[in-house]
Amino acid sequence: MKVHLRNPRRELELDGKFSVNSLLAHLELPRESHLVIRNGTLVPGDAALAPDDTVEIRPVISGGC
Amino acid sequence: MVATASKCRVCKEPAIIDLPRHNANFCAEHFLELCRRQVTKAIEKFDMLSKDDRVLVAVSGGKDSLAVWDMLVELGYQADGLYIGLGIGEYSDVSGQYAKDFAAERGLHLITIDLRSEYGYDIPTAAKATRRVPCSACGTSKRHLFDKAALDGGYTVLVTGHNLDDEAAVLFGNTLRWDVEYLSRQLPVLPARHGFPKKVKPLIRLTEREMAAWCIVRGIDYLVDECPMAVGNKHLAYKAALNAIESESPGSKAAFYLNFLDNMAPLLAGQSKAATDELGSCTSCGAPTTSDLCAFCRTAQKARAHEPVPVELVLSKGRRR
Repeated sequence: MKVHLRNPRRELELDGKFSVNSLLAHLELPRESHLVIRNGTLVPGDAALAPDDTVEIRPVISGGC
Repeated sequence: MVATASKCRVCKEPAIIDLPRHNANFCAEHFLELCRRQVTKAIEKFDMLSKDDRVLVAVSGGKDSLAVWDMLVELGYQADGLYIGLGIGEYSDVSGQYAKDFAAERGLHLITIDLRSEYGYDIPTAAKATRRVPCSACGTSKRHLFDKAALDGGYTVLVTGHNLDDEAAVLFGNTLRWDVEYLSRQLPVLPARHGFPKKVKPLIRLTEREMAAWCIVRGIDYLVDECPMAVGNKHLAYKAALNAIESESPGSKAAFYLNFLDNMAPLLAGQSKAATDELGSCTSCGAPTTSDLCAFCRTAQKARAHEPVPVELVLSKGRRR
C-alpha cells in the first residue's frame, strides 16, 4: 500500500492488513488530528485498506492564532 | 471493492467520516448537512449575521477560511473575501494562489493586500525587527488590516475562520494563566465600536478535522502545509494536549469551550479593562489606540527601518533556540 504523508511530505510503502484506525495507530498519528483519503475518497476509521490502495494521510491542525 | 463497515447515522448509506464526539458516522451529504446546521446554530445563537449584512471574510488560503466563505455563500450571505500577502516566502505565494483560485472558480470578489508592496515590510522582517515571535507580528498586522479593509469597504461584519479547536486552544492557554483580561474578551462576537468593525466566528461549533473534511467533500483545494513560522508555537502544543484528552473522552473540546461561553463568560462580562479603555487615535494612521502610535504603526515603523529578512533566516534562528 502506498501512503502519502504531509508536513513534511513523504511517501511510504507498507505491507500487511490495515484499517484506517490501525494504520494511524501504526504510524503513531492521532485520529483527531488526521483524515485519511483512500483513492481520492474520504474514509472513516473502520474502513479496510487494500494492498493496491493509494492512501493520503492529511493532517488537519493549523498553528495560526 | 473494499467493504466499509460503518454506515451513515441518518440514511444508513456507507459513511465517509466518523465523528466520535457525536458518537456517529455520516455519509457526505449528511455530513455537510451537519456542518451547515452547526454554523447556522452558532450564527443564530450569538446573533452573528443577518442576510442584509455586507460580510467580509478574512481568507488565508487554508481550510477554515475557505470553508467558512464557502458555507456563508451557500447559506445565502453576501460575502466577499480579503487576502493579505504576508511575505512569508513561498508559503505566502502558494496560499495566495489558493485564495485567488477559490474566488475565481466561484465568481466571488476577493480583495488582496500585499504587506511588502503596500506597507513596505513583511512578517519575517517584522519578527526580526521587533524581536518578537512571528505569530505576534503577524497577528498585529492582520488584525489592523482586516479592520481597516472592513471599515474602508463599508462591510458591516468581519468573519474569521476560527474553529472549535482554535478557540479551545486559546481558552486553554488563557486558563493556564488565569488571564482574566483575555478570558473576559474571548467571545465569538465582538460588537462594532469606534474604529473597529463587528467581528464574528461562525465556525466555533466545528472542529478542524470537520473543516478539512468539508473542503475535501466539497472539492475545495486549500493549502495543507503548515505555516513555516508557526511550527513549534504554544498554540499547537495546546491543540495537541486537547486532542489527547479528546481521544480519551470524545466531546471534551466542545464541552470545554461551549460550556465556557454558556457558564463562565457571563460571569466575566464587564471584567475587561481594555474593552472600556478610552481610545484615542493613532497619530500616524488614525486607528483607535491607547498610545500615540497604534501597535500596527509601531510594528511597521520598526520593520521598515530594518533590511528585508528572508523567511529562512528567521526559521533557522528559531530552530537554534
